[in-house]
Amino acid sequence: MDKENLIQMYYEMVLIRRLEERGAELYQQGKIGGFMHLYIGQEAVSTGLIAAREPRDRVITAYRDHGVAINCGISANEVMAELLGKSTGMSKGKGGSMHMADTSKNMWGGHAIVGGHLPIAAGFAIGDQYAGNDNITICMFGDGATNIGYFHEALNLAKTWNLRVLWVCENNQYGMGTAVDRASAVSEIRQKAEGYGMKNSRVDGMDVVKVHEAAAEALKYIRTEGKPYLLEIMTYRFRGHSMGDPERYRTQDEVKKWQEDDPIGIFRAYLAKKKIALGNDLDGIDAQVETEVQKAVEFAEASPEPGMDQLFADIYAEN
Amino acid sequence: MARITMREAISQALMEEMDRDPAVFILGEEVGVWGGTYAVTKGFYDKYGPERVKDTPIAENAIIGGAIGAAMVGQRPIAELMTINFGFSAMDYIVNQAPKLRYMFGGQFSVPMVIRAVGGGGRQLGATHSQTPDAIFAHFPGLVVVSPGTPADAKGLLKSAIRSNDPVLFLEHATMYQVRGEVPDGEYTIPLGKSTIQRPGKDLTIVTYCKGLELSMKAAEDLAKEGIEAEIVDLRTLRPLDMEPVLESFKKTNRAIVVEEGWKSYGVGAEIVSRIYEQAFDYVDAPILRVAQKEVPLPYNRNLEQAALPQVPDIIAAAKEVLK
Amino acid sequence: MAETIKMPKLGFDMAEGTLVRWVKNVGETINKGDVLAEIETDKATVEVESHADGVVLQHLVDAGTSVPVNNPIAIVGAEGEKVDSAPAAGGQPAPAAPAAAASSSAPTPAPVTQTAAPAATPAPAETGPVKASPLARKVARDRGVNLGSVVGTGPGGRIVRRDIESALKASPAPAVSPASAPIPVYETRTTQQPGDETIQTTKLRQAIGRRLVESKTTIPHFYVTHEYKMEALMDLRKQINGSLPDNEKISVNDFIVKAVALTLRQFPNLNASLSGTNIIRHGAVNVGVAVTVPGGLMTVVVKDTDQKPLRQISGEVKAMAARARDGKVKPEDVDGSTFSTSNLGMYDVDEFIAIINPPEAAILAISSAREVPVVSGGQVVPGWRMKATISVDHRISDGAEAAQFMQALAKYLEEPIRILV
Repeated sequence: MDKENLIQMYYEMVLIRRLEERGAELYQQGKIGGFMHLYIGQEAVSTGLIAAREPRDRVITAYRDHGVAINCGISANEVMAELLGKSTGMSKGKGGSMHMADTSKNMWGGHAIVGGHLPIAAGFAIGDQYAGNDNITICMFGDGATNIGYFHEALNLAKTWNLRVLWVCENNQYGMGTAVDRASAVSEIRQKAEGYGMKNSRVDGMDVVKVHEAAAEALKYIRTEGKPYLLEIMTYRFRGHSMGDPERYRTQDEVKKWQEDDPIGIFRAYLAKKKIALGNDLDGIDAQVETEVQKAVEFAEASPEPGMDQLFADIYAEN
Repeated sequence: MARITMREAISQALMEEMDRDPAVFILGEEVGVWGGTYAVTKGFYDKYGPERVKDTPIAENAIIGGAIGAAMVGQRPIAELMTINFGFSAMDYIVNQAPKLRYMFGGQFSVPMVIRAVGGGGRQLGATHSQTPDAIFAHFPGLVVVSPGTPADAKGLLKSAIRSNDPVLFLEHATMYQVRGEVPDGEYTIPLGKSTIQRPGKDLTIVTYCKGLELSMKAAEDLAKEGIEAEIVDLRTLRPLDMEPVLESFKKTNRAIVVEEGWKSYGVGAEIVSRIYEQAFDYVDAPILRVAQKEVPLPYNRNLEQAALPQVPDIIAAAKEVLK
Repeated sequence: MAETIKMPKLGFDMAEGTLVRWVKNVGETINKGDVLAEIETDKATVEVESHADGVVLQHLVDAGTSVPVNNPIAIVGAEGEKVDSAPAAGGQPAPAAPAAAASSSAPTPAPVTQTAAPAATPAPAETGPVKASPLARKVARDRGVNLGSVVGTGPGGRIVRRDIESALKASPAPAVSPASAPIPVYETRTTQQPGDETIQTTKLRQAIGRRLVESKTTIPHFYVTHEYKMEALMDLRKQINGSLPDNEKISVNDFIVKAVALTLRQFPNLNASLSGTNIIRHGAVNVGVAVTVPGGLMTVVVKDTDQKPLRQISGEVKAMAARARDGKVKPEDVDGSTFSTSNLGMYDVDEFIAIINPPEAAILAISSAREVPVVSGGQVVPGWRMKATISVDHRISDGAEAAQFMQALAKYLEEPIRILV
């Protein structure tokens, strides 16, 4: 990776962090409704992963989707506007935190039914296979989603039909408040791919460089072999499952321990050690992000509510 | 005009659309090598090959979820559920994904997918394989629910469904594949979301669709012998529901019954009757009655099963009751 | 001594108001003139002031309740003072349940008690125990058939359409009296078409609807149009405005309002209202000016218009119009007009007519002053002309009087210096 790409990754990680921190404040002020799931702590996963894709590769993820949206190139303005339910959000304020998509950026959505988007991801790959191209669908999901039937139907079909899907399990150790080993027969999720004869691997998700390398390798395999791949990425969310999580299922010590491995801190150290960027340069990026987030909040707050004409709009293509 | 069966009409529609548009392909259980469990896709595998006629695992979530995904990226998949009863396994995709994706993402996604599914009782398949749960699916905005009652409508409606950019659930009836009817020669389509008068009359209105149409036409013939002329309105599409012909007919006859094969409670009849009361109250000259399935899981035994399903004499009796 | 605060009447046609918000809660001290609550009427949201000093002892209605005028809403008195049990909260006191209704478990069917009606007007048969289909009821209503006299042949003796038709054949249909004709309602489309939007009408819109349906269907309107020469007025206005700051400039309408008021002095019969068989000629000339507001229009009123200088009229209209647009109109802004005007001059309107604002005798519709070709001394020359149309209640006045009024108005508009002196 060249310097420019590394700096871009750093910028995206900081942007996700600051954007979500402001989002949490706005949520507490009652300006954001519904469920909101923060990505804080997991930024290295989607940042490293999506940096490795070709622009023609499709990305689809679950409801923890703000970071993925930013990595796919959706603007902070649009993300914040959608959070506030404004007409300038990418889903016109009708999707909210869990439903961010922009097909022009090949971001095919946050999807909020656990595991529900996995067969749809397989469907994208069916469509691409039918069209005769070698696009890859990158499908991200949590460890909790690997216990539902959708996961197994989708993996089975992907392997049987040789679909180009990169199945990415973001193992953040908890499905809501239930630890992986309390919910899954095998706590090493990648083993589930073995049952379908699917190539797989596991990588440290707190280190964006390692994630990027592993993703690049997996994508190369899928592109050339025309087969699916499951990549398990070990990570940890620093915040609750969603806003208002009482967090009785884990100790503060555990959270603190993981926070010492802050993916942004690790990446800063890496950039300094490799003499790619010094602390001062990175502080400059931090300041730039601060301004961008502030502008995004101002943009979102000033944006209009969706008009009542939107209530009945876009239910059907043909009326 | 050719007189062909419902099965041939559906088959023709599929084939004509596959010939017309290379984006159209079929996926489902036993649609290919087997030729379709109801032989609707017989010969398709040999003609179009495994890429366009895809045999799937027995995995309804993968079938419907996969069809949704392929539709979202520009193909026009036709997913076949071996029966609508298996649709419950894929309920999330049919009611919670396909109908929501366009709306929830501000119009960014289209799901031009057709789900073909056969339903209905009367074949002694027992309670889990004999249902007519159309009303459940028609509850959800964003989904188009079609259920034809004649070969000509089946062909024209299926062609429109395949060309539609919305997800369409196309419900066929297991005992109607042998029903014959006149089908126009050559290319034609019938618009989705349009009810129609299948038989003109002046004394009462029978509102129905699919299997209920077959039964109601027979009942109307018998009623005619007694000098009662029933007007039959065929809904054809359950959602979006076109009430215009129903209301127009009712304002003329002032008396109506609704005939459906599904259960009476919370059913299509309940919806139609409510709408008539809401929109044509001053034209009501007698309470509107519903003819529907008895409130039991369908039994295997033939006599019991037939007793639970609506029959021609039930329709005649209801018609005479509202004419009192 | 505790005092009861009632729903005030904030306008002559106000029948009820919605108590939107309590400003003073129970236990809070309140002085005479302090705001106790906010009320929403057909026209605006207004503040209700206490007319007593003390402590709010009791709220008698919940916020959000619609309360008829003069029903009690709160009690104010000395701290700790005992008050009698509250009058029935909310709207009108519930009528005592008829004895028959209470005995639903009685073994024999209770006869349905007719509510006491004046002896002269028998209760309509439909409200009784007659069983009839909705269609039969509608046909009976339309054709003037008393359902009580029809024998039903439907199930359980239900009257159905064929029974009404038989009854009509048996006896010729009575003529339908216009008074009994149903009140026309807007024909609605039976189904919502895609792209249609349903909008709940505002209270203001409903009030406009009620008032104007009443006006247009009960008042015999007639109309007289006159064209005015406006050169002199346009010049005078230019002259006057030249010396005035921007926010105090006089509008054409201000001149017209004053001119109308002065003219009305000479035509007391048009500055009047109908009350039964009497015509009430008002002592004061209060000219109303229709103002467009969000969701409808309101008429703001310049009290004693004929006695106020032009600049004062102008200032008052500006201020009241601004309050009306902001939904902060005061009751006195909109109450008491004796004659209304409606001006669409700013929209380049050639001519239009207005509906009388009941119970007034007339309304003047004022169109645009425009530069048009006019014939003068056999030559076509440019000139300023403006059309106005008066709509008059024929029960109060006649065409000749209206035409004379319009002519008299010309004296002021065409020699506008008379407006100033």
